[in-house]
Amino acid sequence: MPKGEVPELQFVRFSRLQRILHICMIVSFMCLALTGLTLKFSYTKWAAMLSHLLGGFENAGYIHRSAAVVMFGVFITHLVDLYRSKKREHGSWLALLLGPDSMMPNRRDLTELVGTLKWFVGRGERPAYGRWTYWEKFDYFAVFWGIAVIGSTGLTLWFPVFFTRFIPGSFLNVATIIHSDEALLATGFIFTVHFFNTHLRPEKFPMDITVFTGRMPLEELERDKPREYEALVASGQLEENMEEAYQPIVTRTIRAFAWAALAVGFSIVLWIIYAMLFAYR
Amino acid sequence: MAETKVARMKWCAGLRIIVATLLATVFALVFSECRARAADQPGAECLACHGEKSMSTTRAGRTVSLYVDGKKFASSIHGSFGCTGCHADLEGKELPHEKPARVKCGTCHATEQEQYVRSLHGKAIARGDPLAPSCVNCHGNHDIVPVKDSRSAVAPLKVPFICGQCHQEGTPVSRNRPIPQDNILENYSESIHGEALLKKGLSVAPNCATCHTAHLILPHTDPASSINRRNIAATCTKCHSQIETVHRKIIRGELWEKQANVLPACVDCHQPHKIRNVFYELGMANADCMRCHADEKLRRARDGRSMYVNIDEVNHSRHSLEGLKKVACSQCHSEVNASRVRPCETITHEVDCTACHDEIGKQYVGSIHGQLAGKNNPNAPSCKECHGTHGVLGKQDPQSPTFAVNVPGLCARCHREGQKAAVRYTGTQHEIIANYTESIHGTLLKNGLTVTATCTSCHTAHHILPRSDPASSVNANNVPATCGQCHHGIEDQFEKSIHSKRVSGYSKPLPACNDCHTAHAIHRTDENSFRLNVMTTCGRCHEKIAQTYFDTYHGKVSKLGYTKAAKCYDCHGAHDVLRVTDPRSHLSRANVAATCGKCHAGATRRFAGYLTHATHHDPKKYPFLFYTFWGMTTLLLVTFVVGGMHTLLWLPRAFQMRRELRAAEAKLAATPETLAGKRKESDAKESTNA
Repeated sequence: MPKGEVPELQFVRFSRLQRILHICMIVSFMCLALTGLTLKFSYTKWAAMLSHLLGGFENAGYIHRSAAVVMFGVFITHLVDLYRSKKREHGSWLALLLGPDSMMPNRRDLTELVGTLKWFVGRGERPAYGRWTYWEKFDYFAVFWGIAVIGSTGLTLWFPVFFTRFIPGSFLNVATIIHSDEALLATGFIFTVHFFNTHLRPEKFPMDITVFTGRMPLEELERDKPREYEALVASGQLEENMEEAYQPIVTRTIRAFAWAALAVGFSIVLWIIYAMLFAYR
Repeated sequence: MAETKVARMKWCAGLRIIVATLLATVFALVFSECRARAADQPGAECLACHGEKSMSTTRAGRTVSLYVDGKKFASSIHGSFGCTGCHADLEGKELPHEKPARVKCGTCHATEQEQYVRSLHGKAIARGDPLAPSCVNCHGNHDIVPVKDSRSAVAPLKVPFICGQCHQEGTPVSRNRPIPQDNILENYSESIHGEALLKKGLSVAPNCATCHTAHLILPHTDPASSINRRNIAATCTKCHSQIETVHRKIIRGELWEKQANVLPACVDCHQPHKIRNVFYELGMANADCMRCHADEKLRRARDGRSMYVNIDEVNHSRHSLEGLKKVACSQCHSEVNASRVRPCETITHEVDCTACHDEIGKQYVGSIHGQLAGKNNPNAPSCKECHGTHGVLGKQDPQSPTFAVNVPGLCARCHREGQKAAVRYTGTQHEIIANYTESIHGTLLKNGLTVTATCTSCHTAHHILPRSDPASSVNANNVPATCGQCHHGIEDQFEKSIHSKRVSGYSKPLPACNDCHTAHAIHRTDENSFRLNVMTTCGRCHEKIAQTYFDTYHGKVSKLGYTKAAKCYDCHGAHDVLRVTDPRSHLSRANVAATCGKCHAGATRRFAGYLTHATHHDPKKYPFLFYTFWGMTTLLLVTFVVGGMHTLLWLPRAFQMRRELRAAEAKLAATPETLAGKRKESDAKESTNA
């Protein structure tokens, strides 16, 4: 940075831990999706090729289970982080869940959803979204649902001998279907809807990397989350949430990573579509 | 009264005298008649008693006839000597006499007697062997005629029967005495000698005595015996005097007799008593052939083919091996006529190996090779194509083309892709030589394991038939037995499996070994290629079940090339595959947990409840899988439709926002002061805060 020039300040939206968790989640999710789908679509040539590329099926299995452990780790770390933030900022679970910046869906989300739909069809203005929009909350809780469903069935399939001490063997077949179809839902949803909603919306093109840098330009906050902006300005807390922007080299690196993840994600989507349309059995 | 009494007394005395005189006369007449007859006929006095047919005595509780046929005796060679000529001890004895001593024929026949005493029979008699024959057992007693007389008991035509009285199966001699030969009489009567003597009445044909001698019969181990190894040649050449002309190769004339210990004796080839008519009529010595054929430039006039014979090759061939019967040129190249200048000019046929190799010849004629040869197919191989000609070697010889290691190369000459046999072949097996060479059998063979399977192990060497022939060793029905020659234990298992016709009772075709292991490209079953291919292999027949296998975990990961995942035979068994309802099946209620436990340590019966062939497309068979699948699919569809709709509806607004943003940015760029002002404003704010 040239000497004397004042660095641009940006609004901090995500903590360092949250950003790390998101990156870990991306990596583990990609690994899980790639290795898992080779198995689901084992009858396509792509699957055999990819499996070979990953060092054979056995290796793919190791990758899948390691990534699953990472995913569980991310999930647990987040819960611990939540617990700590409860103690630090909210004092009680109730405050955390019902506070103004809570991830919990509430009545306002419903009005915002209706407002958004109206806006879509040109029957109203864009709602003044707060810190978390309803689709962000949906994505957030989808992870909880996914971890619960995919994680539990995945563990069952990982340790079938242990689990069949409590459940019949044919439940493994059921678990297989649930695990793989839920995974299909997760990958399909994340690589299309989540990508669009969060990272690739035309107005944010080429990409929103807030979740990686943790910070966003103030104008963007003002435009995207007007209600939060207003609240911050009103409470005078805006300044304490500002930090220097990253140097271009950092953002370029982050952008490269994000593009790579995006490319993998889209390839997987194309592969899923191909497998579902042309090779499904 | 006294006078009459005296007169009566005188009459009586006279009568007595007359009667006495008459009686004396009659007696004298009768007696003189007897004397007269005795004088005409030798032994007449003896015959007075022994001429009666009822004359007999009792010895050791048995009635023995003492009858002597006077006429026969009179016409016998001994007739003129009278009884006491032989029964010398009875000379001048009072009649009736005691039992006479045994007649000593040797008194006159000293030479024969001397031989007899040294002979087997003589020694047995001396030992008191009750079964041993004396002179009379062969020659008879009172009716002996010259040997040349056809009535003689030892006339040539009768000798086999005389000897055969004791030396045939079932007699006390054959049962109780150690005689190494058996069925002597039967064999002899079928031999060329016996046939000539007994069937054709050729009295000069040898009988027993010709070889064994008449009196000096000795065991063949006795160096003095006429049939001892050292003497047998001399014995045979008594008749076969020119035999060395056809046996020159073996005996080189004099060697036969000089070195009887190293050279084969007649009986080594021509077994005693069994001497058969040999197949060739006229022999030739190899040296006679080599007079011309040793010339390297010798060519056939007809087509210029070299007629050179490398005698070294012949000498090192199977047909000249030490310890085995040596085969002369003329034995294979039969039809030679030794009396011609060119003995071979009478040859009209090719060498016929079946003259000796009869059984193999029959197999060959029935084989596809033989059938083609029968149709004069130029591609058909005959013996020499595989075995060679003069240098033919045994299959144990590493130099031989029929030595195990060389067999695939030998068959490849015609059966390699592109060669004549491969070209006319219309079946499904291709690249058989290349495939075999890469196979487990071929690899082992290449490493020198000669007991591994080569072409001939499965197809046989001489009875090769197409697979479609029910008699073929590789016919579907015979394949298990063919493979079972080596893989016996596996054949046992297979024959008890559901794939065996005997167990399943199916009439439709069932798999044989080659259906899973292939015919020629057989690989180790622990090789990845086999483990991965077997799934489609079973699926060729078990279509549906193989399909559903690929719908579950084992099938999916196998499809990705994971060899450790359970393949069909890991659960169902490889060769001992049975219906899952069979209690002996690996998947029966009792066994299934242990079968799963092979990979999944600690697997329980409930674990085995995993459906390895389940599909979610069958609502009747697997309803809960079906509904789970459709439940999940519905969830997917709903989520995607809602999410997708939301996104699609958003798009126009998002583009609109983008356009507005760009416009605002452009405006901002056009008035940099505004931006600078704004920046200043925020700086001021910051300083206030600080």
